Amino acid sequence: MNLVELKSVTFGYNDEPVIEDVNLAIREGDFIGMIGPNGGGKSTIIRIIMGLIKPWKGQVMINKNVNIGYLPQTHNFDNRFPISVLEVVLSGLLKLHGITTRVTKEDRKVAMEVLEKVGMADFANRSIGELSGGQMQRVFIGRALISNPQLLILDEPVTYVDNRFEQELYNLLDRISLETSILLVSHDVGQIVSSVRTIACVNRHLHYHPSNQITKEILESYNCPIDLITHGHVPHRVLPTHHS
Amino acid sequence: MIPEFFHYEFIRFALAASLLSSITAGIIGTYVVTRRMVFITGGITHASFGGLGLGFFLGINPLIGAALFGVASGIGVEYLSRFRKIREDSVIAMMWSFGMAIGIIFISLAPGYAPNLMSYLFGNILSVSTGDILIMSILMVLVLALFVPFFRLIQYLTFDEEFARTSRVPVSLFKYLLAGLVALTAVVYIRVAGIILVLSLLTIPQNIALLFSNNLKKIMFLSIGVGFLGSLLGLIFSYAANIPSGASIIFCLVLLYLIASAGKGILSSMKTTHPDS
Repeated sequence: MNLVELKSVTFGYNDEPVIEDVNLAIREGDFIGMIGPNGGGKSTIIRIIMGLIKPWKGQVMINKNVNIGYLPQTHNFDNRFPISVLEVVLSGLLKLHGITTRVTKEDRKVAMEVLEKVGMADFANRSIGELSGGQMQRVFIGRALISNPQLLILDEPVTYVDNRFEQELYNLLDRISLETSILLVSHDVGQIVSSVRTIACVNRHLHYHPSNQITKEILESYNCPIDLITHGHVPHRVLPTHHS
Repeated sequence: MIPEFFHYEFIRFALAASLLSSITAGIIGTYVVTRRMVFITGGITHASFGGLGLGFFLGINPLIGAALFGVASGIGVEYLSRFRKIREDSVIAMMWSFGMAIGIIFISLAPGYAPNLMSYLFGNILSVSTGDILIMSILMVLVLALFVPFFRLIQYLTFDEEFARTSRVPVSLFKYLLAGLVALTAVVYIRVAGIILVLSLLTIPQNIALLFSNNLKKIMFLSIGVGFLGSLLGLIFSYAANIPSGASIIFCLVLLYLIASAGKGILSSMKTTHPDS
């Protein structure tokens, strides 16, 4: 079953297309890594899927019954807004509960479990603005997870977070991916290639690569100038040379 | 002095208006302050002066004209804010002064002298009528009808609008409804505090409350309490010193703010001072 399907989608800013003729289907059980250079259009595709922007051309089909958990790349909020960490996570339930959303005891319990998962349980009652960038990112990942989504879309989730949490996050995603489809966006292919099952290269056009075995040559043929060298403490595997 | 103070009907009306304004402005002001739209609200209030002038010119109730101008500019700014290319603060400044200009033009064209212009600029809670109380009550019911059932939605969309937009809820509809209520609140309470001072009813209690809580609901309740206390003190002060009520209420609210922030400073320095250091 297709959870999300984009058909020849084109979108841009100021008459200049950012993405062109993009096709993508996200199916149940997928774990797609979306890679590509800065400005290549990765976040634009995500924002189209999330309904935040309407494409110039093409079709966007979102399965109505699919609950999507979403971590945006950037957060546009006032650091001084009076809201606790627990409540930020609870706001991830808005799409399930609708406009008259209420918070039950059970919701709070689930929110605490989610905060436990992202290692932020001790901060539940702190104001969001008091946290560091990496801690905030964990809370927003919690907000994406709380509704127990069938599809999880994470746009650059490891920005700001330290190496230890990065590893924890990838382990968490490995576990989640057994029952949830995941679309993971990163500008750094080395970080994600060992976790994901398939790869989508985005550089204005989208090239779908139905395995995680990817080489520099493949990326070049996709016109996707991405550094394959892994850095940091991310465990990675050396991939066999790919002959086509 | 105090018992005789409550004896007069206009004082009882003023107290009713204080209570209604504390509740309405307490809730709406919390939205205004936390969404950082204090300047927008200033713009809306001053733009409504144009409607006030039109009302004088046409010989209708000036507050009806003010309400029309206020709501139109509130919803207009909310609409314009969708376009990223616009410098929102510059647009608000233009709207602010344009509204005032229109008001002055109409008032100068209006036959005769606008007798109670001063009361619109500075407000007079002591001249509140039964009709005013009725309008304030209706507005309070509207505000409660939006905030009680939809409190969490409003909280979430104020905190992170874009995330709320991905949650299948009518974010724009609620933003327009809220903009309309902000404008109506500002205009209705021109009677109490005047165009120039009404902004403080929507911001000072909230900023006192924000010193003590990071919980939006508690901030609303605290703002209502602080607003009522400030109005009460202001009324007594105004009566005792025989000074205009709007100014006296604002004076008391700012005094409360200074006391509260000093109190908070002392409290937190006591917490951080270790007895063994």
